[in-house]
Amino acid sequence: MKVLVGVKRVIDYNVNIRVKADGTGVETENVRMSTNPFDEIALEEAVRMKEAGTCSELIAVTAGDEASNEVLRSALAMGADRAIRIDVEQPPQPLNVAALLAAVARRERVDLVLLGKQAIDDDANQTGQMTAALLGWPQGTFASELTIEDGRARVAREIDGGQQILELELPAVVTADLRLNEPRFVKLPAMMKAKKRPIEDCTPDALGVDMRPRVERIQVSEPVPREAGVRVADVDELLDKLRNEAGVI
Amino acid sequence: MTNTILVVAETTADTIAASTLSTLTAARELRGTIDILVAGVAVEAVAESLASMADVRRVLVAEAAHLSGGLAEDLADLVAAHVDGYTHVLVPATTFGKNLLPRVAALVDTQMVSDVTAIQGAETFVHPIYAGNANETLRVLEPRKLLTIRPTAFSSEVLAGGGAPVERVDVGEPKGQSREAGLHVDASDKPQLESAGVVVSGGRAFGSADNFRLLEDLAADLNAAVGASRAAVDAGYAPNDCQVGQTGKVVAPALYIAVGISGAIQHLAGMTDSRVIVAINKDPDAPIFGVADYGLVGDLFEILPELREKIRVLRSEPDSELVEA
Repeated sequence: MKVLVGVKRVIDYNVNIRVKADGTGVETENVRMSTNPFDEIALEEAVRMKEAGTCSELIAVTAGDEASNEVLRSALAMGADRAIRIDVEQPPQPLNVAALLAAVARRERVDLVLLGKQAIDDDANQTGQMTAALLGWPQGTFASELTIEDGRARVAREIDGGQQILELELPAVVTADLRLNEPRFVKLPAMMKAKKRPIEDCTPDALGVDMRPRVERIQVSEPVPREAGVRVADVDELLDKLRNEAGVI
Repeated sequence: MTNTILVVAETTADTIAASTLSTLTAARELRGTIDILVAGVAVEAVAESLASMADVRRVLVAEAAHLSGGLAEDLADLVAAHVDGYTHVLVPATTFGKNLLPRVAALVDTQMVSDVTAIQGAETFVHPIYAGNANETLRVLEPRKLLTIRPTAFSSEVLAGGGAPVERVDVGEPKGQSREAGLHVDASDKPQLESAGVVVSGGRAFGSADNFRLLEDLAADLNAAVGASRAAVDAGYAPNDCQVGQTGKVVAPALYIAVGISGAIQHLAGMTDSRVIVAINKDPDAPIFGVADYGLVGDLFEILPELREKIRVLRSEPDSELVEA
């Protein structure tokens, strides 16, 4: 079966982000960027499906500016067969991304769309569900296990209070939770080889997708910082403070 | 224009989830008429009890077997079929709502807003981004506003005094695209992590699942819920659904005690709105001390038993009263 994996270029998860002084966003100049961690997990799962023989072709796709080619190169180095970049200037909103993904999924006639459950920048957790809706396909969100058998996807989902097992008709959309797998490290020779591979360029127009933003950012601000606390010397002092100062015990 | 609001209720077994009550509080802030949609099987009692709450105009009941497993395919069709006439649709930002509402949003061609923590007007909402390290204020240009509501940001107090009618609605046909093949839930009688008044949370420093019991014992003494860092969950010390943080649960208890947790930004995203934070860690430079009201530097294996012992003494005093959920 053919698998489409969506990847997003985001500020690296180890970076302490800075809010711009004018409140228009977060500083991204000279900040380390990398593939969204959840997308790496989705990609790793698809690569494992290739290795197991359940995936015949693995296509990686992103929507972003030219700098986003780097996340596609790491996808190719990890094991993707092909890469597609849909050229967009502004960071697109989830519904727009879902429309792009649905269009690519239809054009490529894929059987499975694998995505991360959320991007660590907008924290939206929407794109996979929206893509499934636009395609009319079932969804397996927050997946910690995925097996394909008899034309169905069996998905173990992380839910509040435990785990739910779903069986989905294929084609389907699955979003990866952290516990789905441990992504492999990409080795340098694979990275060098991936640099020579072509990346297909595509536009929202060619896919017939309207990229008009539907939600307007008014302001980005720093959260109110917590006031600095105190160090206590021992358990007795801690309990005294909790009881007589904070009143929580 | 008057706001007309549809709240999609989350129910667990045959009770109203606390997250639904928080979502109702958020809906009240929009100052309009509020309808509540309840879907599932045997939801009669839940519907009656929602109908008795203040400010509710109608409770819509969709009772059918295919709506009971929380399957997004069937539920999203149901909700999408009922959004007409509403200016706002609100769902709790739990795994239930996060799974459901984006699907509804795409079906009705609307860009939604996730994890709303403040409502500034009929079309202006605040929500955290970058693991809670920034707050984004958005104006939604869509004719209909679809929002998931972060439960810890709104009160889950029950306001009684309503008497709304309960109406049955058309349930639609099952899609049959998905099927629940199994469900494993933690059946403990301990306080729920998201709604507990006290949370004690452990990290990698415990070293083993056996040692993690020290924390569970402390939790039992405090009538607290047990939380964990991702490191502790990945190491198998605690189950997945205990995880607090950007990718786990967001909690805001009166007291959060972090034991052996360094305080990575992903963890802080899930607990920095707690009223009082205590950190117990042997590394005096651990980032958790940057957000803790009270920090105690030391070995958790010495501190926890002493803490337990002294809390027991405190609790045995007649005037002692612990914070309840």
